[in-house]
Amino acid sequence: MTLHDLYLLSPYVATAGMGILVVLLDLVTPRKSLLAAVAVLGVLVAGALTLVQLLDMGGILGGPGLPNLVSDGGVLAGSLSVDRFALFFNFLILAALGLVVLASTDYLRRMPGHQGEYLGLLLFSATGMMMLSAATELITIYIALELTTLPLAALAAFLLTGRSTEAGMKYLIIGAISSAVMLYGMALVFGFTGSTSLEGIAASFRVPAQQDVPFGSYAMLAGVALMLAGFGFKIAAAPFQMWVPDVYEGAPVPVVAFLSVASKAAGFAVLLRVFYTGFLDYDVDWGALLAILAAASMTVGNLAALGQSNIRRLLGYSTIAHAGYILVGVAAVAGVAYSPGAGPAFTTFGPSSVLFYLAAYLAANLTAFIAIIAISNRIESDRISDYAGLVRRSPFLAITLALALVALIGVPPTSIFIAKLYVFTAAVKSGLAWLALAGVINSVISAYYYIRIVRVMFLDAPPSAERIPVPVPSRVALAVVAIATVAIGVAPGLLLTAAEGAVKALAGVAR
Amino acid sequence: MVTGFTGLLTVTVFLPAAGALALLLLARSDRAARLLAFAVGVAELALSLVVFFGFQRGGERFQWVDRLPWFASETLNASYFLGVDGLSAPLVLLTGLLGLCAVLASWRITLRVREHFAWLLLLQTAVLGVFTSLDLLLFFLFWELELLPMYMLIAIWGGGRKEYSAMKFLIFTITGSAFMLVAIVAVFLTPQVGTFDMTQLLAHGVGLSGADLLLPASALFWLFFLAFAIKLPVWPLHTWLPDAHTDAPTAGSVMLAGVLLKMGGYGLLRINVGIFHQQTQQFAWALMALGVISVLYGAVVTIRQTDLKRLIAYSSVSHMGLVLVGIASVQVGLGELTDTGLSGAAMQLFTHGTITGLLFLAVGLVYDKAHTRYIPDLGGLANRMPLVAIAFLIAGLASLGLPGLSGFVSELLVFLGGFQAYPWPTALAVLGIILAAGYILWMMERCLFGAARERFDHLTDASFVEALPLVLLIIVIVAVGVYPAPLTQVFQAGLAPMVDAFR
Repeated sequence: MTLHDLYLLSPYVATAGMGILVVLLDLVTPRKSLLAAVAVLGVLVAGALTLVQLLDMGGILGGPGLPNLVSDGGVLAGSLSVDRFALFFNFLILAALGLVVLASTDYLRRMPGHQGEYLGLLLFSATGMMMLSAATELITIYIALELTTLPLAALAAFLLTGRSTEAGMKYLIIGAISSAVMLYGMALVFGFTGSTSLEGIAASFRVPAQQDVPFGSYAMLAGVALMLAGFGFKIAAAPFQMWVPDVYEGAPVPVVAFLSVASKAAGFAVLLRVFYTGFLDYDVDWGALLAILAAASMTVGNLAALGQSNIRRLLGYSTIAHAGYILVGVAAVAGVAYSPGAGPAFTTFGPSSVLFYLAAYLAANLTAFIAIIAISNRIESDRISDYAGLVRRSPFLAITLALALVALIGVPPTSIFIAKLYVFTAAVKSGLAWLALAGVINSVISAYYYIRIVRVMFLDAPPSAERIPVPVPSRVALAVVAIATVAIGVAPGLLLTAAEGAVKALAGVAR
Repeated sequence: MVTGFTGLLTVTVFLPAAGALALLLLARSDRAARLLAFAVGVAELALSLVVFFGFQRGGERFQWVDRLPWFASETLNASYFLGVDGLSAPLVLLTGLLGLCAVLASWRITLRVREHFAWLLLLQTAVLGVFTSLDLLLFFLFWELELLPMYMLIAIWGGGRKEYSAMKFLIFTITGSAFMLVAIVAVFLTPQVGTFDMTQLLAHGVGLSGADLLLPASALFWLFFLAFAIKLPVWPLHTWLPDAHTDAPTAGSVMLAGVLLKMGGYGLLRINVGIFHQQTQQFAWALMALGVISVLYGAVVTIRQTDLKRLIAYSSVSHMGLVLVGIASVQVGLGELTDTGLSGAAMQLFTHGTITGLLFLAVGLVYDKAHTRYIPDLGGLANRMPLVAIAFLIAGLASLGLPGLSGFVSELLVFLGGFQAYPWPTALAVLGIILAAGYILWMMERCLFGAARERFDHLTDASFVEALPLVLLIIVIVAVGVYPAPLTQVFQAGLAPMVDAFR
């Protein structure tokens, strides 16, 4: 390990280090408000280091000639790759972390005595997510995944109420099962390709003899499917979505907010990297498999959300539906329709639409959740009917929450409109017009349940005239994400370019 | 490539939105909100007059162009691109006119006043955006922006089953726009196109019928058609309209019937006719059939209505059917084309907007004062409120196509075109106008005339503020009826290049 390696690892080291610092500081200082400040500082330091690395690669708009900081071998004997793709997710995850920390300052008072642990665990989990998006080797992926999941399981149970404990337990057990399944899949893939690095796996597919092992193709298929099941858990896609509604309902709201955007982003990062680096030459049409998952996920999520009366459960099902929309982009292994016989000609379309969607979803969904955090602090209820007349009690919260819900439908001029346009365009371009149509029809269905909440907030009479106060840090965080939701929709150019640049770091996309 | 930036359309489109924001942030009292909305409405009318009368008939096809790059990357690119041609300039004027009328019509609203005017103004921005966008993505953006304001106007300030109707409106429209989005994406992805620029699509429309389309051109044609047909509305996709109209507040009805439906007709003319030439000719018979069915079905159902607003709503279905009849008549014989029917269809958009706007304003006043829209309960209103009755009468007569009023001009053009192309179906459609004479006159008789009823003795006539929009629209209706040339010539200037492109 050289000094250069340390420089490449610095964002992860900074995030984890600040996590440890927060936990230690909690032991010595009586001023608990300091802890959140230190956590935010950690985010800023890690963000600054990521920015330095990005500038080293030529900035966001830098040419495609410099996709990677390390010429070959990667960091730590090739287990991590610090490239534009990883940096894109660093920014995404750090932004989510910072905003969630800001928004949970008021919420933290509910859990006296454990604020240090709470913030520390958040930082550790974020470290895992960032590493997950950079991991290029199966064992590193597994370790990063566990580092992501275990702190989140503890965080889900943090309120120590019945529901919260149930949420933590469910997340832990289903997480453990899915990682066991995934590990088995990894073992099969390793067994039949002889490599744990994604490069090595990709290389083995290019050797024809490798694929003639008796029953090898079936074992590979099982391996790929089992790994997909593990990732499916992280991104909350059907049919691996069983934990979602319960955890969303029971866990502390800020944790749910973090889970819904950052954990999903990391899951998609690893999914993209594994499939677009490792499995591109695998001669099974996994694009079709993902397309079916995508269609199932958005349909299941949307239909189940229709009948919900609890806003957190509703957003839980909504997140399943959005996992489906994003999977459309992963499934869009582009160009198939245009070069028959010549093998798939990969373009940036599908993968970059995934990255764009994740950023757009982060802005919109965090807007919704930060508003919900502020509301639930006061009314202590998650029933949609208790949101009646919210516009009278806090116009700011009502308008931002309405904006977020309208954005989640995918109505312009909000971020998710461009994101959906992008994802569906990628699908149509890859010959998956049916999937795009399914996505569009699903968006129409989703309008019904999102608008229902807007209706309750704007139309119904409020149960009391009492105002709902919003603490300043939440106010700032909410304003930032709400503005981002509109800004990405109105001026998507920069983010589009960044997403296109980021996915070129993936081996399959660059060629 | 059309470029430039004059700023006039940008101001015209976004002034109402800015006004809405100012209303929410600055207006401290309901009175201030009203006055601010009124000021914006007057300014908008003035701006739209400048847009309309500043339009040079012999000049460039698209004028007052505002174009800036919006976003561009390797995979997606779009531009902020506004401009008007002869087709959209009159519709901008119509929106300015009815926008002011809608503000005046909601003068007496007491519930959540600031919000009401804010939504109303935002709606105006959305509609103006639809009429002036020359980039498909921007067009879609404005198309969707109109949803939420209209939903709120119906759901909060409406009556009856307002929430049900508002949701129905929303779901129908959003379903239509979903189809449109798929079509827009498919057009964009076609390798030879690769752009959202409508001026290029209009110029090279025929190229789209090549074999390299991502989806067959006829599929695209019908996807777009579905979105616009729901909005127009065309039978059998019209069922949201009577509910939405009946339960909307007066200002909402005026905007809905006056300009929102016209978005559908505008879309059909601009995109279906403008870009898909072959398909328009190929499916003209289907459009004709749907048009005639809409005209007749709308008219027959209208006769049976007992609620004034519902009656006008169904009559709208009937009258908007004429737009389809006009469009279908574009091809007279083999290869022989005419723009008579198209001009009629475009004129119908404008005249129906003013006429129905006036009808809904009058009905709104009747309901405000008499507290009922149930026709059998009304009667003898002409004695009590002569001004409202006169407005009602003029709108009704214009609606049934009395010569000298605006409705006659557009219907005549539609039928002239229609008879050349499809004589028998057009003859059937004319039957719809005879029915219209029936239901309009019968409704007038039952509401306005007859013995005065005692319980209406206390009713007063329209006040100054209430009379203002009535007078405004009457002037327009009579002016267009007597001297339609300025309007028809502008429409023809816009439609001529479209018809030329067919050849």
